[in-house]
Amino acid sequence: MTKSNSHKVGIIGVGYTPSTPLSPSRSYKEMVFDAAVRAYCDAGIEFSEIQSFVSCSEDFLEGTSIFDEYTPDQLGAALKPVHTISADGIFGVAAAYMQILTGRFDIIAVEAHSKASNIVDIEEIDSLALDPIYNRPLGLNPHFILGLEMARFCHETKTSPEDCARVVVKNRRNALDHPFAPFASNLSIKDVARSPVISEPLRELDVARHSDGACVVVLSSASAAKKMKKYPVWITGVGWSSDAPSLETREWGRPLYAELAGAMAFKMAGMKNPRKAIDFLEIDDTASYKELQHLEALGMCRRGEAKTLLRRGETQRDGSMPVNPSGGSLGLGHLLEATGLYRVAEACEQLRGFAGRRQVKGAKSGLVMSWRGIPATSGAVAVLEI
Amino acid sequence: MPDVAIIGAGTTRFMRRSLETGKELSYEAAKMALDSAGLTLKDIQAVCMGTAPDAFDGLHMKGEYLLDGAGGFGKPYMRGYVGGGTGVFAPIQGWYHVASGLFDICLVVCEEKMSSCQPHPQGAFLTIFDHTTERPLGPNLLWIFALEMNRYMTTYGIQKKDIALVSVKNKKNAMDNPIAQLPMEITVDDVLKSEVLAWPVQRLDVSPTSDGAAAIVLASEKVARKLTNKPVWIQGVGWSLDTSYWTDKDLCYPRYVEKAARMAYGMAGVKEPKKEINVVEPYDPFDYKELHHLEGLLLCDKGDAPRITADGVTQRNGNMPACPSGGLLGCGNPIAASGLMKISEIFYQLRGEAGKRQVPGKPLRGLAQAWGDLMQVGTVVVMGVDKPRAKGKKAR
Repeated sequence: MTKSNSHKVGIIGVGYTPSTPLSPSRSYKEMVFDAAVRAYCDAGIEFSEIQSFVSCSEDFLEGTSIFDEYTPDQLGAALKPVHTISADGIFGVAAAYMQILTGRFDIIAVEAHSKASNIVDIEEIDSLALDPIYNRPLGLNPHFILGLEMARFCHETKTSPEDCARVVVKNRRNALDHPFAPFASNLSIKDVARSPVISEPLRELDVARHSDGACVVVLSSASAAKKMKKYPVWITGVGWSSDAPSLETREWGRPLYAELAGAMAFKMAGMKNPRKAIDFLEIDDTASYKELQHLEALGMCRRGEAKTLLRRGETQRDGSMPVNPSGGSLGLGHLLEATGLYRVAEACEQLRGFAGRRQVKGAKSGLVMSWRGIPATSGAVAVLEI
Repeated sequence: MPDVAIIGAGTTRFMRRSLETGKELSYEAAKMALDSAGLTLKDIQAVCMGTAPDAFDGLHMKGEYLLDGAGGFGKPYMRGYVGGGTGVFAPIQGWYHVASGLFDICLVVCEEKMSSCQPHPQGAFLTIFDHTTERPLGPNLLWIFALEMNRYMTTYGIQKKDIALVSVKNKKNAMDNPIAQLPMEITVDDVLKSEVLAWPVQRLDVSPTSDGAAAIVLASEKVARKLTNKPVWIQGVGWSLDTSYWTDKDLCYPRYVEKAARMAYGMAGVKEPKKEINVVEPYDPFDYKELHHLEGLLLCDKGDAPRITADGVTQRNGNMPACPSGGLLGCGNPIAASGLMKISEIFYQLRGEAGKRQVPGKPLRGLAQAWGDLMQVGTVVVMGVDKPRAKGKKAR
């Protein structure tokens, strides 16, 4: 791997539709069209100026096989280089980033969306991701994986379920300042502790609920951005990695994928001490404990220390290391493969200073991280700087 | 931007129903490719996976399931996807991994296990259509390709017997390929007498469903020079996705293949493809598709592909051999794996290592192409024994 590629690729436009738990009046195509129009307007470009497109989707979540068939039209991408990455939006950003670095492309759009409300039984879809021979015959609700992992994490790092509940309280309160967060609320630790158990020690309020939305991000090379007189949010590092996919061989207490992805991104960004260099984080919190686990894996604190930071309020929006000032997935909703891309858009707004009431003061650099969900062990990271 | 070379390749046997799981098939192909390059998994910095619909295996997030088989454990691992075009897209994805300068060595693995789909893999294709406008009609793939084949024949006044020559040629070519599922010596008459599936598509016009996997190793120039004295360079890549509304366009010509080909030729500095491409692996899941794609690739004039086929130009010893591997009609069609098999075939041909399948005259430049989705996507890779000429040409 070569050293720093910083300041060669930036984000010049973001657009998204409000996250909403139900969207009966609009198709995914209409939502993607909306997000694309907003992103292209934000970037000040016509769709015809975009040279390549990346969409992020999984067939089963769409209920359509070979879903990439249905991606081009609403992006203005017909008869252009378009391809799908079967992963979260940050993987798509990494794919676009690499394409620009080849020198063959200047402007690339990345799209991801969620139409979770169309899925009749999302847990059944999740369970279809389990190994068909070893795991599926157990007939367990896939959330048992989260429960087991949370128990192991809490045990190894001496974190209590109350600490995890604090994450829920923090993020859903942060979401109160977000204009579009459907799950914003003022909860107490007791409310979380009283919610029904899904898989001990995981409770209903520990898990992010699904939501609908579409997000489009436009990337540009530095030279093209200069020509267009744009002030991009620079992508100074990307990283992605996978741990063992089988339940039997993975390490349950430690998310190796986040460690490796983070290390790759920091190395690329030339950050020796990410704890100091990063001003705020938008990281995966699709389950409450995941925020703490990922914070430690990304090297933002020592192992077992995340709960202490949380208790001291360091990860609040006005703390020394704000985590998920947007409200995270717990507040904004779990947007399937768009989860990471929404947070990239969110980080861009923070870095541009356009985040309104949720603005982190003086934010110059942010880290975005996503995880692909149960039972996957893949994660991606992007480091953004202004 | 570093130039990118293919330095190793491996393909498992293609068969109707393999005993191995998808993970095991991926492992076998990856191992073969690594062995051929003299590398171990430790040397690999990133892995790209290509595999077509999850519905074949009934597995959500199939890429995640396959990742340890493909060697993606603990590494940057990404699954790209453009339906049937995936097999030739995966190496393009590998190309940008290396050409970006982020990685020096990248493993590309493509796997397909269609046999787990019961009673027949065609069932999975019932779910590829638009849920509102098309699925209620109950279309299947053979049905829409019958439309396309008919349109192609009608537009240019082509006879079924002209098209059947492709099937005869490819199945015969496959006799020399150890991985082939359906190598056979047949006549045009056999094709015309085979069972009608959806007129004008007959049994011997179409490739079988298969299980199999293929893999290649890509390296930057710096590393490739150290590891091999016979690197095969990726000179140009192109891909293009047409509108989802396939019912709105004329099916007689694959304009998306032309777009992709022009992008790849531009990058490779190829001005006269008919003269400069010495050996070609066009995508041939149906016999007429090879002809269709030769035209889309600008390797012959529109409507002229049947004539050059009849003249023997595309035979293995012809001027422009097409599908010397035996193609999908002869080798089988494990969707993503078959596209990468075509890349491997050009790799062997350019290295002069294709054995009995070797085309004469020391080819300098070859092309592999795949097609996919609803008559929608073209993916093209131009490869050569020389490094690419036209540096820095932007995609359009």
